[in-house]
Amino acid sequence: MTKEQVRQAILDILTEIAPDEDIHSISDDGNLRDQIDLDSMDFLDIVMELRKRFNIEVPEKDYEFLATMSSCVNYLFPLLGDRKLAS
Amino acid sequence: MARDWLKGAKQNYDTIVIGSGLGGMTSANLLAKLGHNVLLAEHHYNLGGMATWFKRKGGHVLDISLHGFPIGMIKTFRKYWSKDMADRVIQLKNIRFDNPQFSVNTTFDRVDFTDLLENHFGIMKEVIDEFFNTVREMNFYDEIKISTRDLFERFFPGRKDVWRFLMEPITYANGSTLDDPALTYGIVFSNFMSKGVFTYQGGTDQLIKEMKHEMESNGVDIRTHCLVEKIYVEDGKVKGVRINGRDIECKTVLSNANITTTIQHLVGEEHFKPEFVDEAQKVRLNTSSCQVYMGIKRGEKIDYDGDLLFSSVADEYDTDKILAKDVTSRTFSFYHPFIRPGGNRYSIVSSTNARYEDWSNLSESEYLREKEDLIQTTLDALEKYVPDIRKVADYFEAATPATFKRYTLHPKGTSFGTKFEGLKVSRELPNQIQGLFHTGSVGIIMSGWLGAANYGVIVSNEVDKLLRSLNTEASMVVTSA
Ligand SMILES: Cc1cc2nc3c(=O)[nH]c(=O)nc-3n(C[C@H](O)[C@H](O)[C@H](O)COP(=O)(O)OP(=O)(O)OC[C@H]3O[C@@H](n4cnc5c(N)ncnc54)[C@H](O)[C@@H]3O)c2cc1C
Repeated sequence: MTKEQVRQAILDILTEIAPDEDIHSISDDGNLRDQIDLDSMDFLDIVMELRKRFNIEVPEKDYEFLATMSSCVNYLFPLLGDRKLAS
Repeated sequence: MARDWLKGAKQNYDTIVIGSGLGGMTSANLLAKLGHNVLLAEHHYNLGGMATWFKRKGGHVLDISLHGFPIGMIKTFRKYWSKDMADRVIQLKNIRFDNPQFSVNTTFDRVDFTDLLENHFGIMKEVIDEFFNTVREMNFYDEIKISTRDLFERFFPGRKDVWRFLMEPITYANGSTLDDPALTYGIVFSNFMSKGVFTYQGGTDQLIKEMKHEMESNGVDIRTHCLVEKIYVEDGKVKGVRINGRDIECKTVLSNANITTTIQHLVGEEHFKPEFVDEAQKVRLNTSSCQVYMGIKRGEKIDYDGDLLFSSVADEYDTDKILAKDVTSRTFSFYHPFIRPGGNRYSIVSSTNARYEDWSNLSESEYLREKEDLIQTTLDALEKYVPDIRKVADYFEAATPATFKRYTLHPKGTSFGTKFEGLKVSRELPNQIQGLFHTGSVGIIMSGWLGAANYGVIVSNEVDKLLRSLNTEASMVVTSA
């Protein structure tokens, strides 16, 4: 996966979790929590979706890396970089 | 021969969920959606646990726990259930207080509470703002240094009327008192203050029907009339359960039964470390409830336009008085026709907090007499607001802590799980026994519809994590063999 594909994968997950929010307006460096009104339950959902879709386990101590779009991409890219997208 | 309620059930499951309260059902549904094989076993003939209703002759439908919940429930329905369910959530705008200290109407949200605290109770705006900010910032990870009493003492010293205004509804909502940790108050109160009190249009029967439908379409194997008698543990791991005398294997068990029952009766204390057993024995159960259900005759109406009324004749807020059998404080829920559109029916439910001990030691005839007395004194109290209640209602029934115990199997009929320490014990289960989890009302903050459902999600995340790691291990064994 490229960084752009990782970003898209995160957007897909956010669309699932916050279906009524405007996902495409998300900026890279603003807090996700504020931009689309995510609460701690939503972050739990992101963790579950990452496990379901990519078999990635995000330990609780790493939740802070899910704060902004760019920190998510930077955190997940090394974990997903060698994955191929399912076709 | 008795009907086999497990007919066609499989010999093993990824997860067996014990109990169909909102915690249990939310977990069962989510785990099935995540691809796991789930059996949901409920001993009662209906699903829902405390989120339940009953029907009586004359077309009466009476709800048990539909008085109201915070706005967060919309998101919970939307994410873990369905959009249709989320869309049915509506606001209750007329919340009333009537007691010797004050009579006010409110929408029960921060804006309106700020206004009332300032203009009715004469509190300075700065103090009100700081109070709201303080309670909103309390969270699960906070230390539990201060009690709610300390919190009120700090912001509103000596203002027992303000304490009552802030505390009485929360005592009804989850049985907590001034002596419980301030953070339990802060979390629950802030959830309500965010936007007010909400309910589910269609009633509890519609809610549970919809949940059942969702679970079925996600593949949950739902079994009512199925009492889980035992959880089997071997070498520190969950092996299976016994349901109605039949053994079924599983990798994980998620118990929505009471936490202490799960440890002491379903698993057995011998399977846990002694320190943990001690800790579990110290968990205090929360209190129980009494309710009086009043069905209004077809064609009659109620002129009172409140939705929820916190009424009391006690001089001031006092936990002991709220729990006493000699009832001085009641919450009335007025179910207007908009709750079940199309039916044009009304009902009223009176709820009081109560102690199991006051109801468990009575002879059959005493019990019946006391129940009748509860109904009559409730009607006397309600006449102040609905003078012709005895004329317009044609159905009356009462529930006591013994009733709640019988239907949900909760020890002492506890309505709201346990006090705060129960949460830690609940969270610790999987560290004691691999594959053993608990969800449902516990620790005050995880109770109520919202708390129980969200706790179901939090624990499902752990169950999912374990199941996936077990599957990965299994596939590694296969590849390396
Ligand atoms: C009178 C009253 C009014 C309330 N009002 C409100 C309200 O207005 N708003 C609100 O948000 N909350 C309210 N609540 C609280 C709310 O209803 C509960 O906190 C919530 O529904 C509890 O969900 P739970 O997951 O803990 O499970 P519970 O509802 O406690 O259900 C547990 C289930 O497990 C089953 N079970 C137990 N043991 C076994 C076994 N061995 N085998 C099989 N099944 C078993 C039981 O039969 C039950 O169905 C009220 C509660 C009461 C009592």
